[in-house]
Parts: sequence; C-alpha cells; structure tokens
Amino acid sequence: MIVHTPTTEAQACAVVKSVVDSATPLALCGGGTRAGLGRPVQAASTLSSAGLTGITLYEPAEMVIAARAGTPLALVQETLAAHGQILPFEPMDHRALYGSEGEPTIGAVAACNISGPRRINAGAARDSLIGVRLVNGRGEMIKSGGRVMKNVTGLDLVKLMSGSHGTLGFLTEVTFRVLPRPERIVTLQWRGLSSDEGVALLSKALGSPFEPMAAAHLPAGLAGEAALTLLRLENFADPIAYRAGELAALLGAYGVPDRLEGAGPDALWRDIRDAAFFADTGEAVWRLSLAPTNGPKATAAIARALPAARSFHDWGGGLVWLAVPADGDAGAAAIRAALRPLGGHATLVRAPDAVRAAADVFQPLSGPLMRLTAGIKTSFDPAGIFEPGRMYAGI
Amino acid sequence: MGAIAFPMPDAGVLARREAIIAGLSQLVAPNALITGEDERRPYETDALSAYRRMPLAVVLPSTTQEVAAVLRYCRQEGVPVVPRGSGTSLSGGAIPQEDAVVVGVSKMSRILSIDYANRVARVEAGVTNLAVTGAVSAEGFFYAPDPSSQLACSIGGNIGMNSGGPHCLKYGVTTNNVLGVTLVTLEGEIVEIGGSHLDSAGYDLLGLIIGSEGQLGIVTEASVRILRAAEGARPVMFGFPTSEQAGAAVAAIIGAGIIPVAMEFMDKQAIDICEAFAKAGYPMDCGALLIIEVEGSDEEMDAGLARIVAIAREHGVTTVKESRSAMEAAAIWKGRKSAFGATGRVADYICMDGTIPTGQLPHVLRRMDEIVKSYGLRVANVFHAGDGNLHPLVLYNCNDPVEAQKAEDAGMDILKLCVEVGGCLTGEHGVGIEKRDLMNVQFNPEDLAQQMRVRAVFDPAWLLNPAKVFPLEGRVVA
Repeated sequence: MIVHTPTTEAQACAVVKSVVDSATPLALCGGGTRAGLGRPVQAASTLSSAGLTGITLYEPAEMVIAARAGTPLALVQETLAAHGQILPFEPMDHRALYGSEGEPTIGAVAACNISGPRRINAGAARDSLIGVRLVNGRGEMIKSGGRVMKNVTGLDLVKLMSGSHGTLGFLTEVTFRVLPRPERIVTLQWRGLSSDEGVALLSKALGSPFEPMAAAHLPAGLAGEAALTLLRLENFADPIAYRAGELAALLGAYGVPDRLEGAGPDALWRDIRDAAFFADTGEAVWRLSLAPTNGPKATAAIARALPAARSFHDWGGGLVWLAVPADGDAGAAAIRAALRPLGGHATLVRAPDAVRAAADVFQPLSGPLMRLTAGIKTSFDPAGIFEPGRMYAGI
Repeated sequence: MGAIAFPMPDAGVLARREAIIAGLSQLVAPNALITGEDERRPYETDALSAYRRMPLAVVLPSTTQEVAAVLRYCRQEGVPVVPRGSGTSLSGGAIPQEDAVVVGVSKMSRILSIDYANRVARVEAGVTNLAVTGAVSAEGFFYAPDPSSQLACSIGGNIGMNSGGPHCLKYGVTTNNVLGVTLVTLEGEIVEIGGSHLDSAGYDLLGLIIGSEGQLGIVTEASVRILRAAEGARPVMFGFPTSEQAGAAVAAIIGAGIIPVAMEFMDKQAIDICEAFAKAGYPMDCGALLIIEVEGSDEEMDAGLARIVAIAREHGVTTVKESRSAMEAAAIWKGRKSAFGATGRVADYICMDGTIPTGQLPHVLRRMDEIVKSYGLRVANVFHAGDGNLHPLVLYNCNDPVEAQKAEDAGMDILKLCVEVGGCLTGEHGVGIEKRDLMNVQFNPEDLAQQMRVRAVFDPAWLLNPAKVFPLEGRVVA
C-alpha cells in the first residue's frame, strides 16, 4: 500500500492529479482512529493528512481557531484550554469503540461531523465548522466559508464537507468557532427510572429555561445496577447553583437527584460520549438519531425483534446507542423496520468488514435524495477516486 | 443607480407569454395567478428597490403539489423561476426579470404542528418569522433567528438567505435552527430532507439548501427548532467616548468567557438618528454605544451584568443604563431595530452587510469613514459587534444620480475592505444581485466553479433565480 503524505497543499493537489486520469481509488486518512466508520473501502493508495499539521490561526477574543487537517485534536483542545476555551460540540473519541490506536485529528472531526453529548444544546461539529480548505477530485484547491461565524456568501460547501466522510474531497485546513470553557459543571442524577420516565424527565428539563448542556439516560446494568438519568449544567458558579435547585424542584415528581461534580461524573459523561459501555464486547454497534420522545419507542420495538439488544439514550432521548449481536446483518433489517414509522436514521458504527460491506451502513436514501447525492459526488469527484463506496455504493 | 447588469430576457419566452400563462392557469386556482400589469407591479422589486424588473407572471400556490406542478411546467417550457418569500430581501434576492415567473409562498402560511416535548414546529414556508414565535410564546418558547424584518419576512425567505439577527451571537443563524425541509426541485420532485431529528442522513443537504438563495429548489415547509425562552432578558446601554474603546470592550467581554445573548454597536451618527426617532434615551454625549443583552433569572442577570460592567469600566465607559422595566427594555431595542427606518427619515441610504474579524473593528471603522468621505458622503454604523457583522448605512440623495452612483461605489469598496481583512461579503443579507459581481473578490475561479457545479446538480439549465449570486459570465454546468 502506497501512503502519500503531503506536507503542503500543492503536494496534495499533485497527488490527486497523479491518480485522477487513471481513476485510481484513493483512501483518505487522518490519525486512523476512525477507519471502522462507514463501509470498507478498497483503494490502491492512501492520502494521509499526517504531514499537514499545525494551528494556523487562533484568536481567542474572536472565538475562532483554524488548523491544518492533520493536527491532533488533542493539540487543538490543549491550545484552547490554555485560553479557557473549548470546542463547543464535545467530539467523540472512537478509540474505545474500535480499539484503535493513534491520534484523532481535527480534520477527521470535521469530515465525519463528530459530536458528543453537548450537541443537544451547543450544536454539532457542522454547526461550529465555519471554514474549510480542500482538494477536490480534480486536484484543485477549493475554499469555502472563512474565519467569521456569520457568512452567507455563496453556497455553503462547508456543511457539505462536514459528514461527507472524505468522499467529496481531501480537507487540508478547517476553521471552527469555539466557546468559553464553563467555570463550573454540575451533574444532576436520578436513579431507577424506566426509559420512558427518564426520557420524559429529560424532555421536561430541555423544555425549561435552565439550559441543560447534556441529557442522557442509561438503563439498569450499563453503568451500575440502577438506571441513571443525567442532566449536565455548565456555567458560571452562581447560575449553576440556582438552576440546579430550580431543575430539582421542577422535576420533583421523579425524586430527589444527586448533585455530582468532579472526576466521577466527568468519566461517566466521557463514557456516554464514546459509547464506551460497548467497548471490547464484540457486539455490533448502531447509532440512531430520531425525535427524542421516539427514542424509547424505538428501543422497545427493537428489543422485541432483537432480545439481546442493549441500548442507552443521549441527546435527551434522541440519540440511541445500540449494541446487538454481530452476526447476520447485525440487526439492520429489524432496526430499520423499527425506525420506519418513527422517522430518523440509523448508522452501523461498528461491525466486521464483511457485515459492513453487505449491509447499508448509512441510512438508505429516497430515490430523489440518492440522485442528488450522486450528482454532488460527481460535481466534486468526477472520477470517483475518493473513498469509493465509503457511504453508499458509488458514493 | 443601475450599474448591476441583468441578463437579456429570452425573446422566445417573451413571445410565448400568453401560451405560458394559459399553461400556468391549468395548474393553479384562478386567484393564484397574477398577470395584469398593475397586479404584477408589487412583485417587480424587493427591499433593494433601486432595481426593478416586471415579471412575466406571478404565481402564488397554496400547496406543495401546486409548487411542484408549476416548477415542472416552467422547466419544460424553459421559463426562469424566481422564488419569493415576503420580498424583504435587501440584496435583491427576489427581484425578477422580464422572462421569469415569480413563485411566491405567501399563501402557504400555516403552522402545521407544534411539538413541545421534542422542541420542534412544522411550518409552511410563507409563515412570517415572528409568527412562529407568536405561535409558541404562550408556552414560553421562541424561534431564535431574529432578523430586523422578522415581522414581515417569511421562514422560506429566511431559509433562502440563512438569516440571522442580534440574538444569533448565542443562538446561531437559520442553518443552526432548522431540522428539516420539504424541497421542490425544478423537476417537480418533492424531496424530504431531515425531519424532527438532529443531523440528517447522508450528505448535509439541509446545510447546502439553507442560504442557497432559491437556486436549488423551492422550500415549501420546514421543521424548525423552538427553544424555551430564558426566565428574563435585560438589555443594557453602554456609552463609550470612542468606537475603539467600545470595540475593545467587546473583545474583552468575550475574552473573559462571557457570551451575552446579543451585543449591538452603534456609532455617533447612528445614535443621533435613532434617538431622534425612537426616543430610547440613548446617551447623546458618546462616540459609540453598545447594547448588551443578558438572560436568566434576576440574580443571574445581576451577576452577569456586574462582570460586564466591570470590564466596560476598564475600557472607559461613561454611561451605563440598565432597563428596569419591560417598557424600558423595549425602548432600547426599538431604537436599534428601527435604525434602518429612522435613517430613511433623514436621508436615502444603502445598507451594506459585510462581516469582519472583530479584532479588525477599529481599523475597519476608520477605513470605512475614509472611504465614504472620499466620495463626499456620510455613513452611519449599526452592527452586531459580537460576531463582526457590519451594517454601514451609506447616506445619499436618491434624486441625484451622481451621488447615488457614488454611494453604490462606496458600498462596494467597503465590502472589498471586509474581504481584505479576512471577512466576507455578506453576513446575513445574502449575495443576491447586489454583491454578485464581487464574488470574484472573495473567491477564485476554482472556488466559484465548484459552487456552480453543485448548483448545476439541482438546476443544469440555470432556470432557478438565474441572475443571482454568481457572476453572469462564466457559468459552469457540469
């Protein structure tokens, strides 16, 4: 396997130009920690962002940071932390789930639209991504967006790149909006609620004026014997104390919550973010996004078809993490059938290569949507060289 | 004025006008088809009223299916289509051309469903922005993007332009607040994108559609996020001796980890104009004014404001005036929100809409003043300071064609300055026709060609809002 590691954008363009005439497939690679995401790709060579590193712009007072795509995510986060700032969307780390090694990169966070529990309030990676530079499938450097958060100049190709999993282009530089790091974090925890009760509690909290920044429900047996329903508050110290009291009162019907701070709840939220409860189990892992109150309905329907399924809810109920036996179609038919009357979409996040090659890893699209998707792919990558088939057949 | 070119109308389409109208009349109810000259006149321009073109016809469908039938027909006949919300575009996004059919969504103005538990409302595209908040406010909810035109502008138009407003500093713009749309393509296909869940499947087509200025299809319905309003909100006025000090205070507030829900900036010229109109009690002895709004319980707001006031004092603030009643709060915002109308009473003006890195604020304010003075004109500045979205109002006399041209030229120079310092041509108004010919300043030919290739996926024949956003020369199809 040939690995191209350009250190300049011009070199990256040259690599793409060198394969485009022969339409030789090219795998794209950041830190390699998320290679299990999507359908397996057969490629003759790899284009790596490992040589494109470094923070190119950081203006704390403007709440903006730009970095070359191969920059380790950890470096970006450390740089922000030194100025009391964070990436708003709390990106998930896939290493627990995949058992992968290496360093997650900021480019892959953008390309795969990787978000965590804070997404419910602070938006997804795509919401904070305000600028990209990329090499398209013609070997041309393209820029979209910029370094200012408000920008409606031309088509928003930034959004298209976010979540395209490398199928549209090779990101060379990404720019994110950032936010201040909260002064204090408090987790409210209720024990022993059913999924229906837990999600109802979360919905009521998220519909209150007290701004929970994260909202999850873990059924019994996942993180201890009792089910846990969790709300995370982040702010300056005074508002948090007030809001925690108001929320406990508002949700009094569900019992008195514990108020947690420090390493314990931090680790628990990290496990929720990374779906770490399903690490090392060998199960297939799915990620479902749907209307929050439909979350428990989906898990109940799936449990009827797949009794061994285990699950938990993030995003107030609207993100369902699901672990099922990895045999057959890894539950694809049953899961998608359960989702059909409820809306939303399901992604097979972890499964053996053979299963991911045969099943629809990403939610199948309607005919018109698939035609638009194929057209957009061709508009960026006419020879189909980038990550062939990563998302859908031909995409 | 009149420097912005329009394409020559297609003589073949003009010649077939009667037949095209007859064809359209088969597709929609009689009262949905507007063909008389007087009746068409309100549709010949939008809020960029210096430019006007009489459309071939106007259609106001009542259903998504009617929109689909009209688009399918126009595509078959090779007739350009100009989508229209409420016609409040400041960049000429809804200005038609002589050979185009305007398709307006104003009759599609129902709120279809409200789901408080999942915090989402399904609305038709012709619903006004403020009507969404109106429908959910009794339960304490609101729709966050708040353009100044929110009383009149439609959700469909907001989606076309990715609209924002003062409160977007905290809550984001339209693209951060829409979960799904029903899109009618030029082929007449009805496509559902997203829904009432987060992060739609596949490519982020929702993100692509929002802000695409009606060039990829017509949005007929949308699922929008509704948020629970804070317990209270309090705008506070801060008067500073100079714009530089006000700008430095903004940077210091953000640097201290405080994100107010809004931070609005007005310069001396704007303060004078707005105070004369709104009697908001603005300090008249200041060189610059900030309106900073905080949210939360009374105790939270007190604590947050104490931090902000301390920072403002470090930057030489001379006036701090808190609103102590709903009426006082409304007056403070009335002055700001009526800035455009109030300015219209003292002079004609062009409202520009560029965005800059906020660190460049003192330099840009100084340069803008020099630019406008070099044309012998004046400028008033009101803008969203937290996110660097400028709205310089270049004042001129519209009865003087020479002065009008100077005002337009000064505006274009200001936008070039925004790009030069690392910003962009438009923060929230869109490109429309107004900034179309400046796209080459911000983007190189490869950037533009890639955007146009994406556009062509949806509209290979360039029939949808065809003279907007992209320079008329050099269109790319595939």
